[in-house]
Amino acid sequence: MEKSVISIRQLVKKFPAGKGEFTALKGIDLEFNTGEFAGLIGPSGSGKTTLLNIIGSLDVPSTGEAVVLGSSIGELSAREAARLRKHSLGFIFQSYNLLAVHTVFENVEFPLLLLDYSASERKKMVQEALEWVGLTDKTDSRPPKLSGGECQRVAIARAMVKKPSLVLADEPTANLDADNSHHILKTMETLNRELNTTFLFATHDEKVIGYLRRKIFLKDGRVDKEEWVKQTP
Amino acid sequence: MKTAIKLAYRNLTGAGLRTWLNVIVLSFSFVVILFMKGVMSGWDLQAKTDLTQWEIAGGKYWHQQYDPYDPFTLSDSHAPIPPELADEIAAGDMVPLLMTQGSIYPQGRLQSVLIKGIPAEQSLLKLPTHQLDTVTEAFPAIIGAMMARNLKLEIGQYVTIRWRDVNGTFDAHDILITDIFSSNVPSAEAGQIYLPLETLQEMLSMPGETTILTFRDEERERTSVEGFSLKTKETLTASIDEMLKTKEVGQGILYFILLLLAMLAIFDTQVLSIFKRQKEIGTYIALGYTRGQVVGLFTVEGAMHSVLAALVGALYGTPLLWWMAKNGWTMPVDTSEFGVPIAQTLYPVFSPGLIVSTTLLVVLITTIVSYWPSRKIAKMNPTEALRGKIQ
Repeated sequence: MEKSVISIRQLVKKFPAGKGEFTALKGIDLEFNTGEFAGLIGPSGSGKTTLLNIIGSLDVPSTGEAVVLGSSIGELSAREAARLRKHSLGFIFQSYNLLAVHTVFENVEFPLLLLDYSASERKKMVQEALEWVGLTDKTDSRPPKLSGGECQRVAIARAMVKKPSLVLADEPTANLDADNSHHILKTMETLNRELNTTFLFATHDEKVIGYLRRKIFLKDGRVDKEEWVKQTP
Repeated sequence: MKTAIKLAYRNLTGAGLRTWLNVIVLSFSFVVILFMKGVMSGWDLQAKTDLTQWEIAGGKYWHQQYDPYDPFTLSDSHAPIPPELADEIAAGDMVPLLMTQGSIYPQGRLQSVLIKGIPAEQSLLKLPTHQLDTVTEAFPAIIGAMMARNLKLEIGQYVTIRWRDVNGTFDAHDILITDIFSSNVPSAEAGQIYLPLETLQEMLSMPGETTILTFRDEERERTSVEGFSLKTKETLTASIDEMLKTKEVGQGILYFILLLLAMLAIFDTQVLSIFKRQKEIGTYIALGYTRGQVVGLFTVEGAMHSVLAALVGALYGTPLLWWMAKNGWTMPVDTSEFGVPIAQTLYPVFSPGLIVSTTLLVVLITTIVSYWPSRKIAKMNPTEALRGKIQ
């Protein structure tokens, strides 16, 4: 049975701009269920990253409501928001945001350290995550020694290692070539199917759009249109 | 906290050269501060030990008229040795010392001196008074190296001495320098000549009299002695304590400068880190850290510099400071000219208390200096930090 993961009602986000305000999101209403592989699509300035940040509890709505995994983002304290991110959310960034001085193993291990897993559990879970992305031979390498595709695969492993309910990916293929992009997207698609993890992308990359099963087009801070792709059995 | 320590350690070791440069600078400060403090402790100990061994022992009785800062009181500062102290003197636990002013004529020049009469057989003070037990027509005398150097006097040399007896009559005689001692105690050496007590008593026509009585046992409860006032060891070392305190102020400024240099490196690293590592800070927050925890992580990282510095400092500092404590630190110039009780070679003393307190102080200050700039993280917007857009 499908369960609601994200519920957004009349969401507005305003930022101070000069002496006035800039409204980035103008009354968004959206609902996402478990296991979706969806994307927020739109040009720069359409509000997709802002929406993703609010869903990721890195920002708060100005008005309206965003309920993520049962928690209303606007009402969470900083500690509660951190707890939500730590336990239930995974992030994949355009520029990978790996910890440069840590090895691949240590980067993937990081979320588990925060969750107080034992050393043996961490080792097992990191190995498993690196197997998903095909990087078991790079455990001791540091990010500066890896290619862009490899870095993004490490970022996926880091996002997935704790098996979160929701993964938020902001332009995950923007710095990758076509081959690497497809590899990354196939990996995420497989994880989505096998682990039933909800994936939500913010993108304007055609390659990513081609993989999405639900496409939400944003324009000037509003939902312009929505498309559902029928799954082939 | 455990996670913060683990992450901080990974961040520091992963940062490589940047970390080690800071650690080496900080470890250098550690070792130099410890060395300077050790020298001060050594000097303190040495100065007090020398002063005790050469001059004050366990304390003194001064004749009531005696004032070391007024030479005119010397002519009246003498009285018969109190009979109640005779046993202590006979046991060798108390030494009478008669003093008067006089002049000597080395190479035809006039030089004022303080003439001290001390029993040749005494062993309470470190003075080599056994050298006074010499049968010679001239009076046997010992002097300090400082005075010998100033007046170009040598062992075996004869010098004419002039003094006034109890009636104020001038008299003169030759003395024979039988020994020259080096004590590191200017007040035991400068402008002073030691003669046998009986000889001086005879010269001054003051048989059985004394100016000062120095005793061995400082713990013993002492009753008042008529005509004399009791000076405890604490009273007699008060001036040297004061001087060492004054020195500590100067040393404190030096520690402060050294610490400032080391802390500047830490502060600079922290400020740079916060700007350079914005994306990393954003990532920590995205992965579930609160801003407070990130501040904690950066503070632990800074503090860990000092812990690593202590370890690195221990690595090269332990053999270096041990060697210094064993072989001492020889002054580059003649310390007898300093006018303070300082040995030509100082032996630093590094007590466990000194090492622990210095280490804790440096770690504490480093932690504070690390925390100070890290507070800026608490005001960061994580979404901007993630993109590295904060200016």
